[in-house]
Amino acid sequence: MKACIAGIYEHPTRKAPDKSVAQLHAEVMNGALADAGLAKQDIDGYFCAGDAPGLGPLSMVDYLGLRVRHVDSTETGGSSYIVHVAHAAAAIRAGYCNVALITLAGRPRSEGSSGTQPRNYGANAPDAAFEAPYGPATVNMYAMVAMRHMHEFGTTSEQLAWIKVAASHHAQHNPNAMLREVVSVKDVVESPMIADPLHRLDCCVVSDGGGALIVTRPEIAKSLKRPVVAVRGTGQAIKGQNGGHVDLTWSGSYWSGRDAFAEAGVKPADIQYVSIYDSFTITVLIQLEDLGFCPKGAGGRFVADGNLISGSGRLPFNTDGGGLCNNHPGNRGGMTKVIEAVRQLRGEAHPAVQVKNCALALANGTGGQLGSRHGSATVILERA
Amino acid sequence: MTNAENQAFFDAAREGRFMIGRCKACKELHYYPRAVCPFCGGPTELVAAKGSGKIYSYSVMRRVEKPYAIAYVTLDEGVTVLTNLVDCDPDSIRIDQPVRVVFKDGIPMFTPA
Repeated sequence: MKACIAGIYEHPTRKAPDKSVAQLHAEVMNGALADAGLAKQDIDGYFCAGDAPGLGPLSMVDYLGLRVRHVDSTETGGSSYIVHVAHAAAAIRAGYCNVALITLAGRPRSEGSSGTQPRNYGANAPDAAFEAPYGPATVNMYAMVAMRHMHEFGTTSEQLAWIKVAASHHAQHNPNAMLREVVSVKDVVESPMIADPLHRLDCCVVSDGGGALIVTRPEIAKSLKRPVVAVRGTGQAIKGQNGGHVDLTWSGSYWSGRDAFAEAGVKPADIQYVSIYDSFTITVLIQLEDLGFCPKGAGGRFVADGNLISGSGRLPFNTDGGGLCNNHPGNRGGMTKVIEAVRQLRGEAHPAVQVKNCALALANGTGGQLGSRHGSATVILERA
Repeated sequence: MTNAENQAFFDAAREGRFMIGRCKACKELHYYPRAVCPFCGGPTELVAAKGSGKIYSYSVMRRVEKPYAIAYVTLDEGVTVLTNLVDCDPDSIRIDQPVRVVFKDGIPMFTPA
């Protein structure tokens, strides 16, 4: 056991017009400390990504009033926080810190963000001049992945819809979820087309909020009053256009998953619960295939017929309702994926969706655009 | 967004030539063009593409004021480029459909061949 997740916190807000982004970071820090039973003075490592306002950890460490001896501001979009877990575990093993705080917060809902707006990563992004003129937003760059997957493997909109249906079955039990209504396959495929072939209900919500994690060394985790959740394996990867040899049918999760499973010494069939980043339904399907839960191209059949619904399906996923129904703070889903996996391993998920005797779970995230360049990160967690 | 590295590509496009990158060392073609080869790190040059290819994937953005089609087109030369499909009925677009380059305000786009 190299490191443990000792504290988790998901901000309950879904719309925070009266708060600042920095303030949300501070509130999730306090929440995770209280959950772990640790004090702010115990934190000696701090991790944040591009959502942190100002000059990353410089602004945030000063604002939060931390005294740390290790910082990390790795930015891989929504997958950043899973990378941070990996980096925190490595830093703890190396002796660089003992108690690592990871925070995420954002207010895209209050600020009017939408997945149909063209994304801009700055005029100096090397791809900007070659792509910005064509209107790459978030939704249409994922839609092209879905379109190609349907073409090559015969995946259908109805199969993708089952991913949203499963998420909605879970979200009905989450009082904080933005969308708590159970939906049907028909509801999804009859919702307005946003960018072919993705409908409105194939898309995640836009929400304000945030989350935090505390990663610490096993001796400290065991001294606390919370169930001990150990980091068993991690992996991270970046996949892009490969110089123009574009293949949209698979993601970097193939690489990050392979590394995480190898380090953990387990296989997909051993995993009892998965948190899978669900920016769109297609995002989930691609990751499940790449992680080895089913063969490439078989994802449509794998997710259909309620197979992702906790209690009845073969692979319960996103039991908090995920990004599709619960929340998507900062337009970045990796943080909440880890939080719900820890809840499952502690036995603290909602009783209606809690996986019985959940001992081994996986959280996977992607970040950026699956249709152009993205980060992937995997963490395998075990109840110790 | 144009800069010293990519200006020649857009100058050529304004003259109606669609360029792709080629490495002077390993001879591999690449896209988008860049000064250093993404495969071997060697120096590169721009070469003219034929301007024909077929649709690899696409999506029509519906929920905006002016719907538009974004696409990846695989050129006959073998590299795949991000682009728009223009001068066509969005509902008629199909994967594998042959397309050819057209220029709109100096920006290369594609239309059914």
